[in-house]
Amino acid sequence: MTDTKIRATPKPRSPLAWAAMLWADKLAFFAALFLLLALLSALLGPWLLGDLATKQNLRGRNAPPFDVTRGWAYVLGADALGRPLLARIVVAAQNTLMVAAGAVLGSAIIGSALGLVAGYSRRRAAQWIMRLGDVIMSFPSLLLAVIVLYMLEPSVANIVLVLAITRIPVYLRTTRAEVLEIRERMFVQAARVMGASDRRIVFRHILPVALPTLVTIATLDFAFVMLAESSLSFLGIGIQPPEITWGLMVAQGRQYLTTAWWLSFWPGLAIILTTLSLNLLSNWLRIVLDPAQRWRLEMKGRKNGRPSAGSL
Amino acid sequence: MADHLLEVCNLSVEFHTAAGTVRAVQNVSWHLDRGETLAILGESGSGKSVSASAVMNLIDMPPGRITGGRILLNGRDMLAMTAEQRRRINGCTIAMIFQDPLAHLNPVYSVGWQIAEMVTTHGGTRDTAQARARDLLARVGIPDPEAAMRKYPHQFSGGQRQRLMIAMALACKPDILIADEPTTALDVTVQAQVLDLLQELQAETGMGLLLITHDLGVVAEIADRVVVMNGGQIVETGDAAEVYRDPKHPYTRKLIDAAPGKGAMPDERDRTGQPLLRAEGLTKTYGAFRALKGVDLTIMPGETVAVVGESGSGKSTLARAILRLDDPDGGRILYRGEDLMAMAPRRLFGLRRDLQMVFQDPTQSLNPRMTVFQLISEAWVIHSDILPRARWRDRVAELLVKVGLSPDMAARYPHQFSGGQRQRIAIARALAMEPKLIVCDEAVSALDVSIQAQVIALLDGLRREFGLSYLFIAHDLPVVRDFADRVIVMKAGEIVEEGPVRRMFESPRHPYTRALLSASLDPDPAVQAARRAARHLETA
Repeated sequence: MTDTKIRATPKPRSPLAWAAMLWADKLAFFAALFLLLALLSALLGPWLLGDLATKQNLRGRNAPPFDVTRGWAYVLGADALGRPLLARIVVAAQNTLMVAAGAVLGSAIIGSALGLVAGYSRRRAAQWIMRLGDVIMSFPSLLLAVIVLYMLEPSVANIVLVLAITRIPVYLRTTRAEVLEIRERMFVQAARVMGASDRRIVFRHILPVALPTLVTIATLDFAFVMLAESSLSFLGIGIQPPEITWGLMVAQGRQYLTTAWWLSFWPGLAIILTTLSLNLLSNWLRIVLDPAQRWRLEMKGRKNGRPSAGSL
Repeated sequence: MADHLLEVCNLSVEFHTAAGTVRAVQNVSWHLDRGETLAILGESGSGKSVSASAVMNLIDMPPGRITGGRILLNGRDMLAMTAEQRRRINGCTIAMIFQDPLAHLNPVYSVGWQIAEMVTTHGGTRDTAQARARDLLARVGIPDPEAAMRKYPHQFSGGQRQRLMIAMALACKPDILIADEPTTALDVTVQAQVLDLLQELQAETGMGLLLITHDLGVVAEIADRVVVMNGGQIVETGDAAEVYRDPKHPYTRKLIDAAPGKGAMPDERDRTGQPLLRAEGLTKTYGAFRALKGVDLTIMPGETVAVVGESGSGKSTLARAILRLDDPDGGRILYRGEDLMAMAPRRLFGLRRDLQMVFQDPTQSLNPRMTVFQLISEAWVIHSDILPRARWRDRVAELLVKVGLSPDMAARYPHQFSGGQRQRIAIARALAMEPKLIVCDEAVSALDVSIQAQVIALLDGLRREFGLSYLFIAHDLPVVRDFADRVIVMKAGEIVEEGPVRRMFESPRHPYTRALLSASLDPDPAVQAARRAARHLETA
């Protein structure tokens, strides 16, 4: 998105330096490891464990966790149809992450793009965009989802679409507010004096300053979208069984909560850990991307690091 | 020992920051007597405010830590007191006023309430507090104190707000008043009034006044004794007039030499031929406010024109109109005979190169997420015909050397530089465009005096080297004295006087120019004393 021309300037930052900065923040490091694990599950899970995850075993209904007599796949217990929870969680990662990432990325990109226009342009279009955001916001998102998914067939793509649309106003409003403030800053004025084009001002000067806020919102939204998807699934218009997601697993386990807590607990834990990891990682990313803050990570890497202004 | 009102002995304060331990002040000692004015003079980062903060118990601990020394108030060590005892002293025995009064007045309470609160918290009844607040408002020169009691801070001007702060500080009849840069944010004419007020009040109440400032002129105007600080240490202390006349320490000498308004003024230039830039009858209104009321201006090639005026005079609006950052409502701007207002966008884009701007605050005018290299080379990204990419590295290095920085700083980010260095980067960025005219909007106002002198010398050198013209916007006359060829004085959107710099300073014609000149403070206490006497004679 940024101007490609300026990118060509030498940036002496190797992957090794990135890794060192990640290692300097231990929490972010483990968060990254967990996300990597989740990503691998999403990519390879259905291929490796697809059969196991759908294999019913009525004798092992609601089998308790931490019991490996049935095999390692049952270490987290089994669900109401005796399917191993561990395998199901691994397999469900694909659908869950696809829906959440798709919806968050879609709404973030569309919402911030509209927000940039609404904040930067003084034309009438900016007003229309804001009113559009108001309309979406005032419409109950679940109702919208029910209507859309009732008319269209409930598939992963449609769920992503519905969730993305309902989350657009969050990015739209935040971006617009940020842009309105940043566009009055002196360095934007300075760029105008130099004759910089609107495109350059928006993408080179305004967006990088607004981006950390947007990334933080997006990571928080990740959890919201996962849970919203589960409530759609609960209503029967989301992901259709035998397809599974973490949210759906939580919803399915709800009726057994008093007798078999593990049915909802493990997928819930997966949701929590994913969101938490994303949050930690985005916090790390915010520091890395801010030149005035980056030293915090660069200094921690060295034991007797001498703090100097020019340590870049 | 005990005969001093307030005494600070060998005070040392450290701050633990991420970059290690910073010794903010080391072994600082000074004392303040009743009825005396002591000025602590220093540039930013010299630690001049730290000892006063220690007196007021305003140092956050941690990260701050008082590592040694004593603070004696009437012979009692304040550092040994409990927090409760300290709180009772603050505001009552020792009061403080700050640089930015708007930030220190609560916007949701009326000023009468806020002043009365000072009295009631220290044990006055509501009625006496109200009466006292009314008296104080009248005393600090707020018109119609009865009505002012019910007004809110935003309804007052900057100078009046500082008067309100003074009124609040005086509410409990303090023995000591600490003023931290009390007039830095004010216009020169207002500054003179506020300093006058402080002096009068001191004469009336006999309080000790501790003044923290970076301005030699303020010291000359008001201080009896001065403490000069640099790098957390006291380098010189003594009688204000004596220190000015005969500075012992090299740093003091440097500071006094750097004070603007002493050099030789340039001779009048030949102004025939085609002007570089000509503005005719510029007008601009914001709602009902007329910021520019028909301003004419001519800048010749290689000439420096200074526009001087107080806040609200329209000088910044003028600069922005000339650069077409805000289009004026009426009038013409001719650049080498071509009308900028009627020009096609494509042609105007080409001209952007010729007209550049250096802003007041380099901290804000440089994008914090770009390296110095990216900041300077951005000019060539936008105007791709100036320089082929292969030469960018060399040219950036060259420009950095030209503005007095080192070429290997190109990879750094703005926050790693000091204020003066940042302004140099901003100048290098403007030079990258190879402009003909640079508009400096208060380009040196935010800088320390010695840095200010360096930046002006830099601008002057560049003018000679490249034949640049400057439109130099300032609120302070002495700053433009050594540098400008012509001076334009603006007031309320109009030009009140214009002329060559020598004539403007030696024989100003308009009363407002004269008022500006006499209100700006000379660093020499003797000169300042003479001016003060003359002023009092006039009013008497």
